[in-house]
Amino acid sequence: MARKATATQSLLNSFRLRSHFVAACMLLGALVLLGRAVQLQVFNKDFLNEQAAARHLRVAQIVAHRGAIMDRNGQSLAVSTPVDSIWVDPQELLRVPEQIPALARALGEDPERVARRLTRNGDKRFLYLRRHMNPADAEKILALDLPGVDRLREYRRYYPAGEVTGHLVGFTDVDDAGQEGLELAYDHWLAGRPGQRKVLKDRLGRVVEDVEAIEPASPGRTLASSIDLRIQYLAYRALKGAVQQHDAASGSVVVLDIATGEVLAMVNQPAYNPNDRTQRDAARYRNRAITDILEPGSALKPLVVAAALESGQYQPDTVVNTAPGFIQVGAKLIKDKRNHGRIDLATLLARSSNVGATKVAMSLEPEQLYDVLTRFGLGRPSASGFPGESGGLLSHHSNWRPISQATLAYGYGLSMTPLQLAQAYAILAAGGLQRPVSLLRVEDPPIPRRVIREDVAQQVLAMLETVVGPDGTGAAANVANYRVAGKTGTARKIAPGGYADNRFVAVFAGLAPATAPRLAAVVIVDDPRAGEYYGGTVAAPVFSAVMEGALRILAVAPDNFMLEDSRTTLAATAR
Amino acid sequence: MSVIADSRRSADVPGLARILAGLHLDGLLLTSLAAVMAIGLLALYSSVGQNTWLVVNQVTRMGAALVAMLALAQIDPAWLRRVSPWIYGAGLGLLVMVLLSGDVGKGAQRWLDLGVRFQPSEIMKLGVPMMLAWLLHDRPLPPSFGMIITSLVLVLAPVALIALQPDLGTAIMITASGAAVIFLAGIGAWYMIGAATVALVSLPALWYFVMHEYQKKRVLTLFDPDSDPLGAGYHIIQSKIAIGSGGLFGKGWLNGTQSQLEFLPERSTDFIFAVIGEEFGLMGALAVLLIYLLIVGRGLYIAATAQDTFGRLLAGSISLTFFFYAFVNTAMVTGLLPVVGVPLPLISFGGTSMVTLLAGFGILMSIQTHRKLLAR
Repeated sequence: MARKATATQSLLNSFRLRSHFVAACMLLGALVLLGRAVQLQVFNKDFLNEQAAARHLRVAQIVAHRGAIMDRNGQSLAVSTPVDSIWVDPQELLRVPEQIPALARALGEDPERVARRLTRNGDKRFLYLRRHMNPADAEKILALDLPGVDRLREYRRYYPAGEVTGHLVGFTDVDDAGQEGLELAYDHWLAGRPGQRKVLKDRLGRVVEDVEAIEPASPGRTLASSIDLRIQYLAYRALKGAVQQHDAASGSVVVLDIATGEVLAMVNQPAYNPNDRTQRDAARYRNRAITDILEPGSALKPLVVAAALESGQYQPDTVVNTAPGFIQVGAKLIKDKRNHGRIDLATLLARSSNVGATKVAMSLEPEQLYDVLTRFGLGRPSASGFPGESGGLLSHHSNWRPISQATLAYGYGLSMTPLQLAQAYAILAAGGLQRPVSLLRVEDPPIPRRVIREDVAQQVLAMLETVVGPDGTGAAANVANYRVAGKTGTARKIAPGGYADNRFVAVFAGLAPATAPRLAAVVIVDDPRAGEYYGGTVAAPVFSAVMEGALRILAVAPDNFMLEDSRTTLAATAR
Repeated sequence: MSVIADSRRSADVPGLARILAGLHLDGLLLTSLAAVMAIGLLALYSSVGQNTWLVVNQVTRMGAALVAMLALAQIDPAWLRRVSPWIYGAGLGLLVMVLLSGDVGKGAQRWLDLGVRFQPSEIMKLGVPMMLAWLLHDRPLPPSFGMIITSLVLVLAPVALIALQPDLGTAIMITASGAAVIFLAGIGAWYMIGAATVALVSLPALWYFVMHEYQKKRVLTLFDPDSDPLGAGYHIIQSKIAIGSGGLFGKGWLNGTQSQLEFLPERSTDFIFAVIGEEFGLMGALAVLLIYLLIVGRGLYIAATAQDTFGRLLAGSISLTFFFYAFVNTAMVTGLLPVVGVPLPLISFGGTSMVTLLAGFGILMSIQTHRKLLAR
């Protein structure tokens, strides 16, 4: 009995001993855990905190609204509208397949097709369901509160005038950055600055909460261009008609406001629709009126005549003998279409005598002729600031040989853009005053610079009026009720090995009304292959149509009011 | 220690003490359990994205578990001792049934549907220590070599069945509960050294022949979680970040970024300790650990003062296993042990283990409150 009690007692002691051992082990374990907790939560805290923040705190961009491009009267040429893209995490949504029909209904699609598409992409975590949709419709889909369905806010650029202003306005890329035209030239003005905000994102990258705005987005500013959409449209239609009618390769029209230097219209053919990304190839979206150069042909003669008058060697009534209708310069025979005989400078321009122009140019000092041409803006880009603008080619007079001075007289051996040609005629029209060309609306016209003597400009202008007279080459450029001044040009195109015999560029450059010039315009029709190809028959009618409409739109007072016509018109209106 | 021992004095209101005594409940144990469960509910509410329905669900389970505890507390340990072999036998039978026809959940065969879906392995968490305590209670102690072998067989049979499911976590836990009984029964130091040697030697065998590929990966991941940050290492990396970024005082309830933004996986079940560490900081983690220690301490006190060998062995085993549970889970979540599927006791979301645990504490309370006044 005693022995058993002792045994029990020793057993109990042993149990207590073991209990203490166990308790010690447990305390040790607890201390290890405690040490670990302290290690993580006190010593590694900063690093692990950073790691946590790196997982859920993100800096998100706030897209800035891109500024609109307007015409001079506030018509939209380019606008950004918000669009929503609905995307889905297929893995999340497939967990509740019974919700798919509701989603399909909201999308207006066949539920089975949507389900098939989701199943096919079941291993993915991001799938666009619909891109660039109306935000109101997207809102309806989000209101269903489906798991894994979310939206992406984007902006899409629209060009309401489409083809009509495509070359000038240019376009943006998918990231809303300007790629061509005014969109590129004034990107910094239009783009605005994207803002930044700090957001909480969950494991799937969904924004859970806006923490704070680091920097608000500053929207882009509106750009008021110099374009008058009405005249632009008119020019577009007239040019397109002519290019089609004459089966031409391309064409350009530029209309300048003489009093301010603003470009009121600038169109080209072939055109493209900037809203359609598939049409974007350089041959179509190039703004030829600014980027492409051409030999102006006879349209350059008025500038040569201006140089002649300024030299003092010539007066308006100075007679030049063009007989026998050709002249040999070096190895080259320069010809007129027929023998014009002895003609004054006005007739020289009206008949567009190459022999006369050559004789005049050859009699001038190269330095003086070069000086006048550069003062007209040849050889360097205009002030338009348009991306890819060309300055044309005008070699320095020290490099001129007699033959280059001779061909220059009738517009070969130098080249210029349609815009440069328009600018030169605007200088003549403004009485020799030069104003910088502008693609933006000009609020305060800068003080003009005199580049040509006023009397010289007036004399040339008077001569140019005879070009569109009944005997002139540019009769087709006339506008009812207005006096027009201008010059035709028909330049042979450069072909491999020299000039092509049967390929031409038809040019007309002019201004109206001649007594108080308001608009200067240039029409280029490149390579007309069907029927006529002369500047006076292909380009001049376009000039007439554009000018007539533009003068009416701008309510310019007629300076050649024909009582007879107006009475008829009044009667017609009354009736 | 005095707090653990003098629970009766702590119940100041005599009425309350009498009610507790009448219900065969232990005041200190009950208070500690309630405290840890309350913290658990707070963490759960946060980790399930404030889904009230799931919290109500958990409260319902807690209620059922408390009823089980209350019921077991009324049962005299002597009666419990008599039915121990039957419970063990029934549990073994059910485990065989699971392997033959059990439901598959999360890639393993653990569930049995007998009207109610439950995991029979849970029964064995109590069945194995009860069986061993029954086996050893009226034999000379320390146990003979034959008894030790018998005990080992009784432990390893259910453990093998559970490991086959496979459910490594529970298998380890049951092994631990059996080992605790054998240890407390007083086997000699040489046996223990021998067992440790055998364990060490068999580790390579376990590695190459028994462990599944995913289990090996978890162990390897422990040493270098960044080797596979999006796969095996994902859990442990996110968990460590959650706990560490909580700092001293935490980010505040419902404000943990790792848990609320769903970076932390299994945040309402096995990894809920990381939620506590993130939202309540070191202070919260410490509080939970202290309450666990209090519970285990009280359990060991009950074991030490138990009047018979059965009660002593059983109470000791239950307390030790509870500690082991808490330790393995917290060590796993803090990246000290490989990821094994052991929930945080009384806190993790889930039903069966809650019932088993509180049933165990019911047995502890029964052992404590059914003591008869004896002369020494």
